Amino acid sequence: MKARLRPDLAVIADSVTPGASLLDVGCGDGALMAALRDEKGCDARGMELDPANVAACVAKGLSVIQGDADKDLAFYPDKSVDYAILSQTLQTTMRPDKVLEELLRIGAKAFVSFPNFAHWRGRLSLLWNGRMPVTRLLPVPWYETPNIHHLTINDFRALLSERAITVDGQWFLSGGSRCSASAANFRAEHAVFLLSRG
Amino acid sequence: MSEAPILDESQVLELADPLPLDGGQSLSGVRIAYETHGTLNAAKDNAVLICHALTGDHHVVSNHPRTGKPGWWVRMVGPGKPIDTDRFHVICANVIGSCMGSTGPASPAPDGKPWGMRFPVITIRDMVRGHVALLDALGIARLHAVVGGSMGGMQALSLAADFPERTAAALVIASTARHSAQNIAFHEVGRQAIMADPDWHEGDYYAVGETGGKGPEKGLAVARMAAHITYLSEEGLTTKFGRRLQDREAKTFGFDADFQIESYLRYQGLSFTGRFDANSYLYITRAMDYFDLAEEHGGRLANAFARSKARFCLVSFDTDWLYPTAESRNVVHALNAAGLPVSFVELSAPFGHDSFLLDVPALDRVVEGFL
Repeated sequence: MKARLRPDLAVIADSVTPGASLLDVGCGDGALMAALRDEKGCDARGMELDPANVAACVAKGLSVIQGDADKDLAFYPDKSVDYAILSQTLQTTMRPDKVLEELLRIGAKAFVSFPNFAHWRGRLSLLWNGRMPVTRLLPVPWYETPNIHHLTINDFRALLSERAITVDGQWFLSGGSRCSASAANFRAEHAVFLLSRG
Repeated sequence: MSEAPILDESQVLELADPLPLDGGQSLSGVRIAYETHGTLNAAKDNAVLICHALTGDHHVVSNHPRTGKPGWWVRMVGPGKPIDTDRFHVICANVIGSCMGSTGPASPAPDGKPWGMRFPVITIRDMVRGHVALLDALGIARLHAVVGGSMGGMQALSLAADFPERTAAALVIASTARHSAQNIAFHEVGRQAIMADPDWHEGDYYAVGETGGKGPEKGLAVARMAAHITYLSEEGLTTKFGRRLQDREAKTFGFDADFQIESYLRYQGLSFTGRFDANSYLYITRAMDYFDLAEEHGGRLANAFARSKARFCLVSFDTDWLYPTAESRNVVHALNAAGLPVSFVELSAPFGHDSFLLDVPALDRVVEGFL
């Protein structure tokens, strides 16, 4: 499962309980949903903004709704799935805090993964060039990136503590390897959090 | 992929029992015209019911008997096509109230004369009751899927809601769970055009027809013209016709069809009268106007699907202003609230409501993938 999936998705796929129900918000072409359905027998549903991606999901036999995380999560009932998943999408939403609250309303638990803007390569790029970083992690220039709310791991931790959200798991990825929670804000390219409302 | 024309004769089922109707009456001696393609497997679980739109019929792939034109969904249904007749046993039935072989206002009433306006007002659910009676006769307990665009989508929703054990999936294209005021308004214009035609004779024009009269052809043509506008997008009309003149260099300062769009609509209206019964048009548009799936289930659309276990897929088109995307989303939200597996996509296509019948490759992929 890991070999085929993006690293943050592989972390999520490994951690989901077999047979669980889940809603993948911003599910892209449905790779995670398909893996969880096929290999863990999960009841996977998805939401995706791009119609071509939705069509690709439907072609895989997945149940995906074309929708916008900022607007359309309101229509899902409370605690209707075991996991609400938001992978690499938080930073593209209009109001990441409200989307996060919605995830924890809909799911008993929520997986959230995002690129860490405070990774050292980005910091150096900004420091030396004085321009918005264009790196392996953030390859798109500022004027056409879908990432409208860049955040760091420490920013996210601060939001969790402010909203009294419980961290049930955290994973920090740099290239193919993991790094520790203490060094994560400097060394991790991606963070994955498993959250719940205590 | 075989492109040879499919020559299966359409078949007619005569229902043994009277068909109960939402209006409180029941209809005896109901005939249902249908055609089937592909082989029903031994488990009888590969049947796909295709529901047609307002002026459609069961000739989904076979040539239309009156116009000789190919079936209305040949691009979607056939061997190797998205609704693959090598995999599925495809059934398409003419709705009751229509004039293409199933019992409707032009059919003989028990007194031997055409029903005319004595035909009971029917609903979308009544049409679906007819389909279910056909499935019973064919020995099909549960469909692999029910598929429909426009009014066909209403039937698909109604079947999934009211006969939840009869289908494992529903594919609803360019449709809605209820007719809006605007939808009803356009239909009323069409009906009034028919009923204002002196040749309508309160719907009793069939005998007149035999003695030379033609029924309310002018009214029916106007109804078709008005409706046809709602099937197209403004963008599509502009691209196809713009303000271009028809076979002339300058305006005539008269009321001929100067503009291409006028000529096109007149042709659409006129050719329609040769293939459709005006009273059927009245009855079927009425059934669509009466359609409100939420109202039938205590005012809450999610309740309509409470007993369903089916998979759903809804598709809308960005240029469809007859049943816009918001209508599909309304259904999707209800299905979500009911906890059912549902997919939804708004496809981009320039053709307005009619996109579901036309060349939209993205639709093919969604249909094939979902089934």
